[in-house]
Amino acid sequence: MYRIVKKRVLNPTVTMMEIEAPIVARKAEPGQFIILRVDENGERIPLTIAAYDREAGTVSIIYQIVGATTEKLNHKEEGEYIQDFVGPLGRATETEGLKRVAVVGGGVGTAIAYPVAKKLHDEGCHVDLIVGFRNKDLIILKEEFEAASTNLIIGTDDGSYGKKALVTELLQEQIDAGAKYDRVIAIGPVIMMKFVCELTKKYNIPTVVSMNPIMIDGTGMCGGCRLTVGGETKFACVDGPEFDGHQVDFDEAMSRGAMYRDFELHAREETCNLFKQEVK
Amino acid sequence: MPNMSLKKNPMPHQDPVVRAGNFQEVALGYTKEQAIDEAQRCLHCKNMPCVSGCPVMIHIPEFIAKVAEGDFEAAYQIIAQDSALPAVCGRVCPQETQCESKCVRGIKGEPVGIGRLERFVADWHNANATEKAVAPAPNGHKVAVIGSGPSGLTCAGDLARKGYEVTVFEALHLAGGVLVYGIPEFRLPKSIVQKEVDGLKELGVKIETNVVIGRSITIDELMEEMGFEAVFIGSGAGLPMFMHIPGENLKGVYSANEFLTRINLMKAYREGADTPIMDLKGKKVAVVGGGNVAMDAARCSKRLGAEVYVIYRRSEAELPARREEVEHAKEEGIIFKTLTNPVEILGYHNPDDRRDPKNGSVCGIKCVEMELGEPDASGRRRPIVKEGSEFDMEMDCVIMSLGTSPNPLIKSTTKGLEINKKGGIIVNEDGLTSREHVYAGGDAVTGAATVILAMGAGKTAAKAIDEQLKNK
Repeated sequence: MYRIVKKRVLNPTVTMMEIEAPIVARKAEPGQFIILRVDENGERIPLTIAAYDREAGTVSIIYQIVGATTEKLNHKEEGEYIQDFVGPLGRATETEGLKRVAVVGGGVGTAIAYPVAKKLHDEGCHVDLIVGFRNKDLIILKEEFEAASTNLIIGTDDGSYGKKALVTELLQEQIDAGAKYDRVIAIGPVIMMKFVCELTKKYNIPTVVSMNPIMIDGTGMCGGCRLTVGGETKFACVDGPEFDGHQVDFDEAMSRGAMYRDFELHAREETCNLFKQEVK
Repeated sequence: MPNMSLKKNPMPHQDPVVRAGNFQEVALGYTKEQAIDEAQRCLHCKNMPCVSGCPVMIHIPEFIAKVAEGDFEAAYQIIAQDSALPAVCGRVCPQETQCESKCVRGIKGEPVGIGRLERFVADWHNANATEKAVAPAPNGHKVAVIGSGPSGLTCAGDLARKGYEVTVFEALHLAGGVLVYGIPEFRLPKSIVQKEVDGLKELGVKIETNVVIGRSITIDELMEEMGFEAVFIGSGAGLPMFMHIPGENLKGVYSANEFLTRINLMKAYREGADTPIMDLKGKKVAVVGGGNVAMDAARCSKRLGAEVYVIYRRSEAELPARREEVEHAKEEGIIFKTLTNPVEILGYHNPDDRRDPKNGSVCGIKCVEMELGEPDASGRRRPIVKEGSEFDMEMDCVIMSLGTSPNPLIKSTTKGLEINKKGGIIVNEDGLTSREHVYAGGDAVTGAATVILAMGAGKTAAKAIDEQLKNK
């Protein structure tokens, strides 16, 4: 069992949890992920590592409530325990030798972009951190982002904060203004990563994306997390989760990601009803 | 006077029609009377050919003699000297190609039902024995075992019985490896695996779940920082293989590993499970491959309500699965399309509605007919495509059961660990790898094989580790 040391609501649907998991904290690096199960009957879900504290032996995760499992997780409070927490899994982000990087994040993906930006920034790289949200109320981790970037650019879909623009438009502006990037790292919804890659391809900027497909074991056994990269089948759990964005078949990834959408919607509704009954 | 009946006592089974709709165990096991009657068929040959057919060399005629006398606990103690997992092996070992294939009674008639007797004895012990195993006095040596599948559990058990302080590291949340994520409940009830694991804990074995060796902790750290004097790698088979044909990443294409893990480990077949699996009621499923894993996937699909086809490129005689599994599958209504090979998985695409949720889902499979040519390197006749034989079958789900390739995690994080060109860890006859004090066995070495071979490897390594450490 793994104790929830801290729970911090970042916006109405996004929450950060710090979990006591010394074995994971010892080795965790930006770009890697964990797999957790909330309870005995729980499914295994992968979540990217948002932060870690090796001395305290804790690992932070940030999740958006999208399905039954994240709903259940969100009902856990500080001091309570979750059933299973395993990692770090996948390969760490490669940051060596990078001088100027645009880290592009969208929605809850910005939370995952944060440790990558921080590492690059700590290593002396010039980091343009471009993050996009639907509106002002959904903006998360603003102070952390500021501390982890040379230049923080926030955009919203409705213009309620920063510029009314998509992250691709914000990135385009930087490129137009003469920014020369060694690499773009895009983390967020698959559709966002797809369009970022379409843009950077035009300028031949090497682009890395972090894929978050459906997964079960996460250790290279089930093959559920496969995707097509450069015409070859790759496994996000051991070959990734980061891949050359110009090679990834995003349409396939989106289609595969929707495999259990009906089940998810139904399961979440049921879980919500269950919690409502408990409250009564 | 031995029982000279030419036939084995038949194994009582759940009715095929009934069992195709549930996940309860198919084979029900012998009664006491049946076991004693079957045990009396053994001729107690002096040279014991059966023992030479057993990868862990169980003293077969001795335990059978005790069964014939009705002393089942004594029979169990004899098996337990050599096998850490008798209730498992009695169910899933391919006895027909091992011990029973050497049985003299098999020359004229059927061999003694050794596997069925082993199962009976183990089940009897589990149901009736009251004495708990006692952890022996510690000998002061620490050994790490990676993976809690059949090879790891065997190695851990053998060492623990000799007083070693053994820690088993398991990547998943539950111990048992393939016994819990791969082999279905109806062939091997999970309560039996749990009993075997609990037995090891009573012997003092520590089991650390949720630890991925190679990621959470490396082998070097186990030895240099954590004080383990030897390591046994029993990390099992790795990533599933695919055919590299179009359509393999459509929605509704599973690897057998994923499909079985969802069902067996995550219990997706149960009402109210958090882990989803495709709703297969009234749907058509094609399982590609002909091994035991393919049979497990096919029979699980059947139990989820599907019409199931097994597609295999050679003829029925070459099916690598155990005969018994093929027979069981047929009884349950699974349709075998042998001498057939898929060339493409067909996907649904609605040109008028890009948002149609069915887009990108499996809707069929394109196959070719095969015929058998000259024998190939494996000695089996090579399947050749029949020209112009292409045909389509409607399908909703395709399960690829083509074997696995070794997991790259441990080899990529352990310096000096040599692997062969197929990715398996190279070991000598003692199970020793190219790294000092590091041993390996099971599928991580051989590629996908059987439970009992993995157990044999765990046993061999335990013996070698003991020889090496006891005099230190």
